[in-house]
Amino acid sequence: MNEFTDWDILRNLLLAARWTVALSIVSFIGGGIVGALLLLLRIGEGRAGQIFTKVYIELFQGTPLLMQLFLAFFGLGLFGIDVPAWLAATVALILWTAAFLVEIWRGCVESIAKGQWEASSSLGMGYLQQMRYVILPQALRIAVPPTVGFSVQVVKGTALTSIIGFVELAKAGTVLTNATFQPFTVYGFVALIYFCLCWPLSKSSQVLERKLNVAHRNH
Amino acid sequence: MNYAFDYGWLLEYWPVLLKGLAITVELTLVGGVFGVALGVACAWARALGPKWLRPIVTTYVEMIRNTPFLIQLFFIFFGLPSLGVRLGELEAANLAMIINLGAYGCEIVRAGIQATPKGQFEAGASLGMSRIQTFWYVVLIPALQRIWPALSSQIVIVMLGSAAVSQIAAEDLTFAANFIQSRTFRAFEAYFVSTAIYLALAIALRQMLRGLGWSLFPKRSGR
Repeated sequence: MNEFTDWDILRNLLLAARWTVALSIVSFIGGGIVGALLLLLRIGEGRAGQIFTKVYIELFQGTPLLMQLFLAFFGLGLFGIDVPAWLAATVALILWTAAFLVEIWRGCVESIAKGQWEASSSLGMGYLQQMRYVILPQALRIAVPPTVGFSVQVVKGTALTSIIGFVELAKAGTVLTNATFQPFTVYGFVALIYFCLCWPLSKSSQVLERKLNVAHRNH
Repeated sequence: MNYAFDYGWLLEYWPVLLKGLAITVELTLVGGVFGVALGVACAWARALGPKWLRPIVTTYVEMIRNTPFLIQLFFIFFGLPSLGVRLGELEAANLAMIINLGAYGCEIVRAGIQATPKGQFEAGASLGMSRIQTFWYVVLIPALQRIWPALSSQIVIVMLGSAAVSQIAAEDLTFAANFIQSRTFRAFEAYFVSTAIYLALAIALRQMLRGLGWSLFPKRSGR
């Protein structure tokens, strides 16, 4: 049997971490797009759209991500598609991310004073124009820190995809533990790599928030 | 889609689901109570505690908040035995949930403590209250009242996150769902039903925490 050095363990974990990063990026961008579409429904005039997004958010925020992964994995299979783990993982993570981003962004849009809506509509702007030229430019500034902060949750959420068999950092940790019988070292390294991925995001979210507050104080 | 849904197994397996639900509730209860207590202690340490303790607590909070719960669980359950700390699956699950909620709770409670105006400490002292009395009555209780909604949603998040403890064979609701799907091959239905139970539990827990908030922090006159 081969002996694993610490470097072998770390090297293999880092190779697997690429998939954690890839899945995080795809889920975050996909979730952002779905979240933006939902946001238009959520803050739009249509009653049906509002109710739909409310139910959507309640469903995805009120159930475990792990269950959503299982349902995506086995649910997509009902349509006769042979579902690879990466597909189920991506679909579930995108939908889950969207549910949280839409609530974060709704708060940001609603923090824009009502007078801004009234002023822009008195200038004869339509809904999309109001959004494009008045509301979003201001709301986006406020939205950046909590959005970056939430990206940490997405990275950590990808760890659960190991349970439906997607091979990323957490799964590689399990496989390496079974091969080396050194769970303390392996999971220690796994935690360290996650920390190195997440901590810069957490920190930059805090820094951005502080910077933004300075801008606010100067108003 | 030509798949026939079949929920017939529910008749036979509902006690399994019920038992899993009981474990999930128990984990949430223990994790919630001790996690909040740990969070309050850490918030005190970071905001008002001795200087040497602060970096330790900060490191703990940052480490937990920037790693996945699943890995914390694996580290405690599989990793700690090599240090001679051998825990059963339920103990490991409980410990992981307490440590996890403690870190998030610390940040939330600290935000509430920092929002306390400085004059209130001085007012407390001028009334002849001890440091501990001032902390308890003047700082902590109003702070908890302020951040109760945020703390409640964090407790719900930890409850939902507890689905991962099935991976160390703690027999919670997710474990029950896995067990049922392996017996009946009705994977979608088993996960669908247990997801619905989680949703109901999340809604109920949120309401209970709101009620608890009302009874713990009755609105004082003049506020």
